[in-house]
Amino acid sequence: MASALINVPKKAKRGEVIEIKTLMSHIMETGYRRTATGDVIPRDIITSFTCRYNGAEIFRADLFPAIAANPFIAFFTVATESGKFDFEWVGDRGFTETASASITVE
Amino acid sequence: MRFVATIAGAALLIAAGIGASPLAAAEIAQDQRRSGYDFMTPDTQAIQNDDTANPGMLWVLDGEALWNNKTGAAGKACGDCHEDARAGMKGVAARYPAFDKALGRPVNLEQRINLCRVKHQQTTALAYESRDLLALSAFVAQQSRGDAIVAGADPQLEPFVARGRELFMQRQGQVNLGCANCHDDNWDKRLAGSAITQAHPTGYPLYRLEWQSLGSLQRRMRACMTGVRAQAYDYGAPELVELELYLMFRARGMPMDSPAVRP
Repeated sequence: MASALINVPKKAKRGEVIEIKTLMSHIMETGYRRTATGDVIPRDIITSFTCRYNGAEIFRADLFPAIAANPFIAFFTVATESGKFDFEWVGDRGFTETASASITVE
Repeated sequence: MRFVATIAGAALLIAAGIGASPLAAAEIAQDQRRSGYDFMTPDTQAIQNDDTANPGMLWVLDGEALWNNKTGAAGKACGDCHEDARAGMKGVAARYPAFDKALGRPVNLEQRINLCRVKHQQTTALAYESRDLLALSAFVAQQSRGDAIVAGADPQLEPFVARGRELFMQRQGQVNLGCANCHDDNWDKRLAGSAITQAHPTGYPLYRLEWQSLGSLQRRMRACMTGVRAQAYDYGAPELVELELYLMFRARGMPMDSPAVRP
């Protein structure tokens, strides 16, 4: 099942500032809610998001219970060389998801 | 005399304020119809405009996987009969709820998917609002993006559209409001800070930021019924399908924008 939507420009000029948009499917259960019978619904959130550009980390974010379901994270970077962006989401209950996208820099 | 006139004036103002004026119950003129999209802030519109930012697309992608997934005793996938959804399912959601000959009444898109599953795939029906059913209906509805809504065009549906309209006009619940009291009479106003829209269901199933999830039109209608403190009909109830049919009929000619995003 598809779980991530990534938007990275396919091509960019060297030195150009590009926007990277990511959307990850996740319920982001806060851990503060209770069921009708009063039991706490255990926390189940994404805790960390990382983006690597040809192996080098260029962006990292810590996520917390106040963040809505299906977190959308967008950020900017400078296109320096052709290659690959690797994305990684890590969360509670052993949640890990990865995705990647390539870019051609001219 | 002037005192009486003042009281009468105040009574009229109160009546207009709560939308109870019997004179106001008029349907929206064709050229004044707007989609829920037009009531949104530019920020929320931007989420819907970009398919990589629209969380509804997560369900569409899941739905595409399910579409091609062989299941049930028949070992068939949706795609085995309907072939390519991009061609075969185009415009389908725009004409639902549609008349089902065997049942003799209209069924909505979710019910059609479940009928197909039980009859042709020989598997179990999916629960209303389950992720799989929402995913499949979102995937099918997305194929009708931009197509004009034509639901209710079938002459066999006439009595059902009429019954849906009756329910739309009918005051109900402890608050004693009908759908029309807000969505026909007061759509240019706000309720608790939120825009009151015209109830043109162009984008269902849609992603509501409040729900943090995709949801069906029936979920939305049931929430409205609970809001006026009426007992909401069960999912799939014929009354709810008739109301759904009437809402789609009201929006006939308007373009579909599933999976939409709404606040």
